[in-house]
Amino acid sequence: MAIKLPIYMDNHATTPVDPRVVDAMLPYFTEKFGNAASRNHEFGWKAEEAVETARGQIARLINATPKEIVFTSGATESTNLAIKGVAEMYREKGNHIITQVTEHKATLDTCKRLEKYGYEVTYLPVEKDGRINLDELRRAITPKTILISIMYANNEIGVVQPVEEIGKIAKEKGIFFHCDGVQAVGKIPVDVQKDGIDLLSISAHKIYGPKGVGALYVRRKNPRVQLSAIIDGGGHERGMRSGTLNVTGIVGLGKACELCMNEMQAETVKLRGFRDRLTKSIMSRLDETFINGSMEHRLPHSINISFAYVEGESLLMGINDIAVSSGSACTSATLEPSYVLKALGVGEDLAHTSIRFGIGRFNTQEEVDYVADRVVETVTRLRELSPLYEMAKEGVDLSKMKWVAAAE
Amino acid sequence: MAYSDKVIEHYNNPRNVGSLDKKDPNVGTGLVGAPECGDVMKLQMKVNPETRVIEEAKFKTFGCGSAIASSSLATEWVKGKTVEEALSIKNTDIVRELALPPVKIHCSVLAEDAIKAALSDWKKKQGEEAKLAESAAHH
Repeated sequence: MAIKLPIYMDNHATTPVDPRVVDAMLPYFTEKFGNAASRNHEFGWKAEEAVETARGQIARLINATPKEIVFTSGATESTNLAIKGVAEMYREKGNHIITQVTEHKATLDTCKRLEKYGYEVTYLPVEKDGRINLDELRRAITPKTILISIMYANNEIGVVQPVEEIGKIAKEKGIFFHCDGVQAVGKIPVDVQKDGIDLLSISAHKIYGPKGVGALYVRRKNPRVQLSAIIDGGGHERGMRSGTLNVTGIVGLGKACELCMNEMQAETVKLRGFRDRLTKSIMSRLDETFINGSMEHRLPHSINISFAYVEGESLLMGINDIAVSSGSACTSATLEPSYVLKALGVGEDLAHTSIRFGIGRFNTQEEVDYVADRVVETVTRLRELSPLYEMAKEGVDLSKMKWVAAAE
Repeated sequence: MAYSDKVIEHYNNPRNVGSLDKKDPNVGTGLVGAPECGDVMKLQMKVNPETRVIEEAKFKTFGCGSAIASSSLATEWVKGKTVEEALSIKNTDIVRELALPPVKIHCSVLAEDAIKAALSDWKKKQGEEAKLAESAAHH
């Protein structure tokens, strides 16, 4: 079968909606369009029933109970609600929050805003492999600490944090643990009981569901977490998140979770196979390529590789029939190279050369092989064009060079 | 980001890629930019010392597509020009020719800097060569 171009391999950014999810959603746009809060007629009941089914599907995937699931507009809102909600509710108890430097901006920017309101935030560094040091976490805890917010897995490098250990530490100290589960839920086993998670952010569009819907798991016992709402209105979602429920989106999220639960095991084997095939195929044919982040503690479908001496944006331009993303400054709005790679101690020169591959449910082995060939071909061509590659081959130590940067 | 057709054309078919002998007294080498900034350009020109005409130009660039296109275009433009004519090339000329967006203007600045750096290297070499020749003649 001929390969259909372009190939999508940026599944950390978003995923296509699974056709089975679309099928589940469709009736809720038309004949079952009711408002889940309408208590006095059939239309409302149907909608409410669908929402409750979805709550169950999500809860089962993460080993929670349905009542612990709060629907939101997406994981950014879930994370805002978790962090701001705890911060406000437990202000009397303390004003200190611990997070870490490679978190998603939803967490980092929320913490930054709280700092403006008098909260104190500790941003833990990460080790070379992208994981936090648990001793540093323990040392960062003070009597004023009310929340630890650490992600399950990183969106850029796919590195999985020692979540279970963090959960234990949080529990020992009586501190709430919020976990941004966006990249991990549905991909690897996430169990809020085993992992000791009190609040978990979930997104639908990263797991083959629709955009614009997410959920926050809020623990109801051992311990019970209370949240101050950030959106006020009709008191939906037990007062934690007002606003008419996005029933179609919620149905989609529920169905997406159910599919992930049923297929995770097989999918993991398949995607890990593809990921390893891609990595090997690329790295065995190119010198001076480096994997960013731990290989051991990593999402199965994820790999981030730096191609020394080849700038990321020009590489993306050369493989323009493949959708992936780069840590290169040129591909970001800020013109700064990836803060995540920087935090790992990856030099800025190598950060500019990194490519993130996110393999997904709908990729095929033919696509994986095509991507590997195109990457190898393009990197080889661009290295012939690269003065740095030439200098390195001549034995020049690039780190000792005196560079004359352009005057802006 | 959408690239202009001209940027894509230079990226796909870069002109004058390669290196000249940097020890040749008639070759000027300019190396500008920094790896941490995501752009490094090496521009080399072989200049006829009699006519001061640039007979050959070669480049190698580490950088985004616009940086590659800017340096490729620069080698095309300087070839056949005199040193003085080449020095009058402005980054804004490159911006216009390649239709670079504001965030890529630094690529054109770098290309202009590379031309200047290469020719200043050539002038330096020529000056030294002249002095050496002079002192050899005295002995």
